[in-house]
Amino acid sequence: MTVSSPEAPTRPHPLSDRLPEGAGEGITSCADGHTELTVDRSRILDVLKTLRDDDSTRCNLLADICAVDYPDRDARFEVVYHLAGIESGERVRVRVPVTEDDPVVPSAYGVFKAADWFEREAYDMMGIRFDGHPNLKRILTHEAFVGHPLRKDYDPAQRWLLTENETMAPKWVEETPEGNLDFEPQVLNIGPSHPATHGTLRTIARLDGEVIVRAECEIGYLHRCFEKMSETHGWNQVIPYTDRLNYCSSHINGAGYALAVEKMLGIEAPPRAQAIHVILSELSRVMDHAVCLGAMLVDIGALTNFWYFFQTREQIYGLLESCAGGRLTVSYARIGGLAHDVPADFHDHVRKLLADIPKFIDDVEKLVTANKIFRDRAENVGIVSAEEAVAWGWTGPCLRASGVPYDIRKALPYHGYEQYDFEVPVATTGDTYARYLVRIEEMRQSLRIIDQALTTLPDGPVITDNHRVALPPKEKVFTEMEALIWHFKLIYEGIKVPAGHAYSCTEGGNGELGYYLVSDGGGKPYRIKVRPPCFAIYQAFPHILEGHMVPDAIAIQSSLNIIAGELDR
Amino acid sequence: MSSVPTVNVDRPPENLAERTYLIPIFKGLGVTLRHFLRNLFGQKDIATIQYPETKRQYSERLRGKHILTTKEDGSLRCVACYMCETACPAECIHIVAEEDPEATVEWEKKPAVYEIDLLRCVFCGYCVDACPKEAIIMSREHEMAFVTREEAIVGIEDLRQKGPIEDEDLGYRPYY
Repeated sequence: MTVSSPEAPTRPHPLSDRLPEGAGEGITSCADGHTELTVDRSRILDVLKTLRDDDSTRCNLLADICAVDYPDRDARFEVVYHLAGIESGERVRVRVPVTEDDPVVPSAYGVFKAADWFEREAYDMMGIRFDGHPNLKRILTHEAFVGHPLRKDYDPAQRWLLTENETMAPKWVEETPEGNLDFEPQVLNIGPSHPATHGTLRTIARLDGEVIVRAECEIGYLHRCFEKMSETHGWNQVIPYTDRLNYCSSHINGAGYALAVEKMLGIEAPPRAQAIHVILSELSRVMDHAVCLGAMLVDIGALTNFWYFFQTREQIYGLLESCAGGRLTVSYARIGGLAHDVPADFHDHVRKLLADIPKFIDDVEKLVTANKIFRDRAENVGIVSAEEAVAWGWTGPCLRASGVPYDIRKALPYHGYEQYDFEVPVATTGDTYARYLVRIEEMRQSLRIIDQALTTLPDGPVITDNHRVALPPKEKVFTEMEALIWHFKLIYEGIKVPAGHAYSCTEGGNGELGYYLVSDGGGKPYRIKVRPPCFAIYQAFPHILEGHMVPDAIAIQSSLNIIAGELDR
Repeated sequence: MSSVPTVNVDRPPENLAERTYLIPIFKGLGVTLRHFLRNLFGQKDIATIQYPETKRQYSERLRGKHILTTKEDGSLRCVACYMCETACPAECIHIVAEEDPEATVEWEKKPAVYEIDLLRCVFCGYCVDACPKEAIIMSREHEMAFVTREEAIVGIEDLRQKGPIEDEDLGYRPYY
């Protein structure tokens, strides 16, 4: 099965007459739910604007920009834009071929602010230059890095000794600030190795007294070539790597990745596996929010909550360990289902968690929700309006705290989320306090989902019996010749995912966790692009900071829940 | 999107009781006092484990240090087929095969070298899943410390099953 059908459609796509003339040719509807079009780079900005503003699409969220390298093609590179319509539910993919001699594309920053860091990443990793970008420089690798690591001809065995540190500060640090400052200006480094950044995140801030007047973030300290590594390993071998993306809720990453590959293969995990995915993903979401809120409250000065939340987290780790054998890095998902069935006491174990977790949430709520100190620290701090949040490409709890009820579990249900009755928590103020309240309520809603999924947990296998995808059961491998052959073939050759590409997204702890997969039909991924939710969120952070005090910066950053593992990959 | 059921979590402005500052503080103190008293008089509620004097009970699926299982005669079950080395996402297994002189069938292989770099290993269990002979399984041993990087590369003698399989602290393995 080819995911994107290459044949031209028999009748014109409804979108084709709305796009700028000539741009609407070759629009196809792909099996992954995306409308796809290929446009010339000269028209890309017009096309993006039309897709954003036209009533038929209203794609107001730029989910992702990535570049793919096809050395055999005339136009070697392809820049791929993924757009989503929050109200309309549309999903559009725009592909722009670019040649190696002139790898320049107009920057989409003027249309979608979200393009800022995504374009910098495409420049850093692939060497595509975005004309008109306000700050086009490397983002994940060091400023003095040589080459573009995701190009197919880049040898990953090369080593660079990068020692210059004068390039580590942005240019404006040396310049004399404009405008009247009340105090002598000074530049402060927040992070990268600071307890309040919990993660290797660095913010360079220019202060006027205690007020931040300008800031810039530097990321990439935890970059470990996840995407490059995936290209040299089998489809199944990527799953342990995904655990290290958002390590606070590792099962969601693995389940989301498996779902994306299942889409490419045109298969579905058995119902029991899907329900277990839901239960463990929702428990992971509870953990993710617990860690985020616990750490955020510590940063603000409320230590006790951290212990209450970490006790919850510890109990959930106990369950994950009994299912998967790992606590933090579970590696439990497999393409086509789960590595093995849950243990016999799974029901009782989850029921006990369902009884215990609300107690801890209640304790924290009693301690801080109405507490004046906390409210004064969090209310009206780091306000992001709904329009700003969408423009920056925000998803997840942070977007919902700004008043946009967008949740992938409702908008594009997967793993049977449509069967479960739950509500999407929304706040309207968009401040740090709202992000706290949304996360607290989401934990309660997650517990509702788990309760329903556990009650209706079906019996049956937990992994597909398609032995081109999943390893045969061990008792068959030890006794049957045919199963042994499948086992050998699968280990040595890997899963043969049909050539094509697909984008699949799931609701991660921080928002839309997307995987854009490209396969050339071999046993290894040709290209994997992860769309990490906190990448889009964190690019807005320096802009939110302006006008806030330094302690507010800490409160805002921790309320955004930036996880360096998925930010830097 | 109007069809999406939502719940608004906005909170009203602080009421008089909240603005007094003291009432919410006393409520909060009530929570911490309750935990304090329960921990003081009901010691079993304490979540902290006095590690390393006491240790938690781990599940029997825990993925710890590997064990190379042996046959009844004490020789390794491993036939050096390289499946685990191929499946390993961390590329931490290194095998050199040789012909087994004591094999009962012709052309049987055995590992001359079987090394695992425990610092590279991510303990994902893929080697156990890949093994067609149940020759590599995992124990629950996870407290490993080394002085040098070389020490972390362990060979057959270190990994080999020491006594009867029941006496090992068995972790992740096939059959459940």
